[in-house]
Amino acid sequence: MPDYYSSYGVVLAVVAAGAILVAVAFTAAKLIAPHRPLPAKLTTYECGIDPVGEGWSQSQIRYYVFGFLFVIFDVEAVFLFPWARVFESLGWAAVVEMGIFIAILATGLLYAWRKGVVRWA
Amino acid sequence: MILAETGVSVFSSLFSNFWVVLLLKTIAVMGFFLVVPLGVGYVEHKGLAHMQARLGPMEAGRFHGWAQLVADGVKFIQKEDVVPAAADRNVFSLAPAVAMIPYIAILVVLPISDSWFAENLDVGIFFVLAMSSVSVIGVMMAGWSSANKFSLIGALRAAAQLIAYELPLVIAAAAVVMQAGTLSMIGIVEAQQDLWFIIPQLPGFLIFMIAAFAELQRPPFDMPIADSEIIFGAYTEYTGLKFAFFLLAEYGGIVAFSGIAAVLYLGGYQPLPGIPIPGPLMMMGKIGALAFFFIWLRATYPRLREDQLQRFSWLGLIPLSLALIMGVAVAKVAF
Repeated sequence: MPDYYSSYGVVLAVVAAGAILVAVAFTAAKLIAPHRPLPAKLTTYECGIDPVGEGWSQSQIRYYVFGFLFVIFDVEAVFLFPWARVFESLGWAAVVEMGIFIAILATGLLYAWRKGVVRWA
Repeated sequence: MILAETGVSVFSSLFSNFWVVLLLKTIAVMGFFLVVPLGVGYVEHKGLAHMQARLGPMEAGRFHGWAQLVADGVKFIQKEDVVPAAADRNVFSLAPAVAMIPYIAILVVLPISDSWFAENLDVGIFFVLAMSSVSVIGVMMAGWSSANKFSLIGALRAAAQLIAYELPLVIAAAAVVMQAGTLSMIGIVEAQQDLWFIIPQLPGFLIFMIAAFAELQRPPFDMPIADSEIIFGAYTEYTGLKFAFFLLAEYGGIVAFSGIAAVLYLGGYQPLPGIPIPGPLMMMGKIGALAFFFIWLRATYPRLREDQLQRFSWLGLIPLSLALIMGVAVAKVAF
């Protein structure tokens, strides 16, 4: 078990090294780069005119339905990997079971399609 | 069939002290990340300049514009770092790091040969797929914290694109895991000793590459940064070094996904039968060829529309990849 944890030591070390790289680079840039803020320079970019309203404005977002679909399918993908690793030794029973599981999900996708979720225009 | 997890990392076989090995592995991964993606960036400069007959990148340093990359680096580091007054300052500054670091972590499990690798995690490919989807959080942070309408639209597009194309990517990778019988990156390469998986899994390879293009927001799937619609998407407000880190994340992503595709489908460090080329050279050659393919398509295809992109994944790639895993499952148990 200690072996198992220590194999992630490199992952941790590399993530830390990446953070250090970013910190060092930003510090260097702070020392080298000029810093002359002006009110006009610090305005939000909006095609050259003064910004209208605020940046966090409301807009029509159609993506939330995809978000729901994704959650269902991504959970399935997590279940898929353990099964993919061992299904061969379990034989036909495992294949049929996964077939039923996928068929239920596919029915959900079919329903979403028939409801016109994936058509915008 | 479960393959033995072969190979000892060259770092572990040379040194026995845990901390020395850890340090050397970290240095090797960071060195790889700082060299190879810049090489890809250089090829993108020159390749696109040739493909599109652009003269700009051919000037710096006289001969063939060899100094262009150096000039870009110098420019990025001495440019003023402008943070808009309306922006959420801390999140804005943290976003480039969140976008870039996951791609460095992916390189930890990428094997260059059966002894040249940093770590052979048991869950290899699962770890890679998990890390590859963290990066978009950095893009979301950038888009939201900029307090800019273009940035917000770009970030939402990026997130929706990741959501749609994450699934075909993961399911195609699962089909390879089914055939190899292991999640370890080296195990998957060893399973391709006789036959590269691109031959039995050609549809999976195509699905994987299309999804990888979308994950990296490369053309023809670059709606999140569509310059003619939303300026530069989530990166609109970024300047100087912070912007450069987003670019580095993109090139790091190209290298990471080329490496993953080479491991999953092109036999990783396995040489072509009958041609004795050393493993590391073979692997780097495959990464280079796939990275060039990423650049090549940028000069070839126009951008899709946002809703076409979503339809293509939900009604095309996802049902296809689900059919693929059932096909592989039946074939594997029947034969």
